[in-house]
Amino acid sequence: MQPIRRITSKTVVIASSDIDTDQIIPARFLTTTTNEGLGKQLFADWRYQSDGEPKGEFVLNRPEARGAEILVTGRNFGCGSSREHAPWALLDYGFRAVVSTEIADIFRGNSLMNGLLPIVVDEQTSQWLLHHPGAQVDIDLESMRLTLPTGTSVAFPIEPFARHCLLTGLDELGYLRSKLDDIERFEAARASSS
Amino acid sequence: MGFRCAAPIARWRPWTTEQVFGSVPIKVDAAARQVRQLEQNAAEFGIELFGMRDARRGIVHIISPELGCTQPGMTIVCGDSHTSTHGAFGALAFGIGTTEVGHVFATQALLQRKPKAFAVNVEGQLSPGVSAKDLILSIIGKIGVSGGTGHVLEYRGSTVRSLSMEERMTVCNMSIEAGARAGMIGPDEVTFEYLKGKPRAPRGEAWDVAVARWRTLVTDAGARFDASVDVDAATIEPMITYGTNPGMVLPIGSAIPDKTGDAVFDKAMHYMGFHGGEGMLGKPVNVVFIGSCTNGRLEDLQAAARILKGRKVAPGVHLLIVPGSQQIKQEAEAAGLADIFKAAGADWRESGCSMCLGMNGDTVAAGQYSISTSNRNFEGRQGKGARTLLVSPLTAAASAVKGRIADPRELL
Repeated sequence: MQPIRRITSKTVVIASSDIDTDQIIPARFLTTTTNEGLGKQLFADWRYQSDGEPKGEFVLNRPEARGAEILVTGRNFGCGSSREHAPWALLDYGFRAVVSTEIADIFRGNSLMNGLLPIVVDEQTSQWLLHHPGAQVDIDLESMRLTLPTGTSVAFPIEPFARHCLLTGLDELGYLRSKLDDIERFEAARASSS
Repeated sequence: MGFRCAAPIARWRPWTTEQVFGSVPIKVDAAARQVRQLEQNAAEFGIELFGMRDARRGIVHIISPELGCTQPGMTIVCGDSHTSTHGAFGALAFGIGTTEVGHVFATQALLQRKPKAFAVNVEGQLSPGVSAKDLILSIIGKIGVSGGTGHVLEYRGSTVRSLSMEERMTVCNMSIEAGARAGMIGPDEVTFEYLKGKPRAPRGEAWDVAVARWRTLVTDAGARFDASVDVDAATIEPMITYGTNPGMVLPIGSAIPDKTGDAVFDKAMHYMGFHGGEGMLGKPVNVVFIGSCTNGRLEDLQAAARILKGRKVAPGVHLLIVPGSQQIKQEAEAAGLADIFKAAGADWRESGCSMCLGMNGDTVAAGQYSISTSNRNFEGRQGKGARTLLVSPLTAAASAVKGRIADPRELL
């Protein structure tokens, strides 16, 4: 994974709350055996008509959305299934961060594994972002701060180890594998005691 | 345990003859490819596969308990969010994504942070016609679809103690619909009785040792929780969802709350074709689905059969009944339940996930109303444009008979 320190980009706003993983990528696309190319199916049922033509009014089909790397949404983004296709689709489309007041647990974990930043902000910051689509926003993972174009800067929480992995490009699996001896010892001790 | 990783197979469970695996056909090409890949991978790496030719096959959250693989005190993970089901046994069980599944295969370990603890205290007796499904829908309605985020729920209290294991699994299954990755119930005699003699449960002396250890796995008296909610079971009625997430739920006899002007509400009403202030009873039904890891167990089928016995599915309604495993299918057939279903005009199927998420081709047409015992009523969950209403097996069966949304208590 490439190290991530900072993302500076305009935003795209999808203001709905409780956007579930079935909206991010519907289940019928889960029969793939690869995680590539899923960006085309991101928000498929909101983005395309039944004949496959893009719906002009949907935000991702509008010219101003092009090139945006930060997605701003209503509360509780990514609820529902554990499909990792959701962050894969967002990343493949070109998003690198999602900003909301609340992000569902499993989606959050899956995002961190893949280098999609799940950024949780306070209600006031969220409201500002929701009402200013296209705003140029700076997300600094090193200082854990999100800065609005107004100059207002707010802190966001992120798990320290996940942050370390993202900043250094370290794969969590590599870390776990370095602990295999400890894991084996623990399992052996458990097996003999139960 | 000698049982660390296994691969189940259920989402692709088929229903017509195009792709054939052993005696079993798969309809969707890409799904057939995925299953073939799973079979190859499992063989290459020596992973036990409960595959298409296996008589024990079914939905993972159903077969693992059925086989006694799910036991108190275990940590159980699976690439599916309804892994929370296994918490019914006092296991810490939660869904993970593909990358973390890889971590487990490679190291048998996962890095985790300690979640917060949320006590769901349920006291009192559920009324006749009110089931575990109604209880969990009512809890989700109370705490909301993100109420449990960052927490593990523990279901406690006299009502929970009085539930069977199958009912407990229904409750824990939908913990994720309240935002909680896991939901748990402390193991007790009901748990031990269920597990005793199951194929993968400990035997003989090992059983006694295990039970002694399992008895210690209950929450200490006076334990502190980060959050809690109290639920009065006696006041719960049969529940039904009216919107596009499981928190948009109400007692079946009630009217949809009028929140016109609220963007989420308006979007959901537009999708569902409903309006604030309307009652739910008597609304039209096109498809009824009884099954899934939430309600595809034998007790669920018995509940449906209580309503369907000697009755007919209303004209124009398609009732699909899908057992959660092959074992349940056989038990239901041996007990005469399948005959009741077929006589009523229901479509009785092979086991699997089926119309819960429509990955096998069992989908609901755009604009149609599906009364479903599954766990998610998200937009498009059961097919593009499909309108899903979540209910208990009793309410599903009653609605199939009436051809309209019906209160099961009228038919009991």
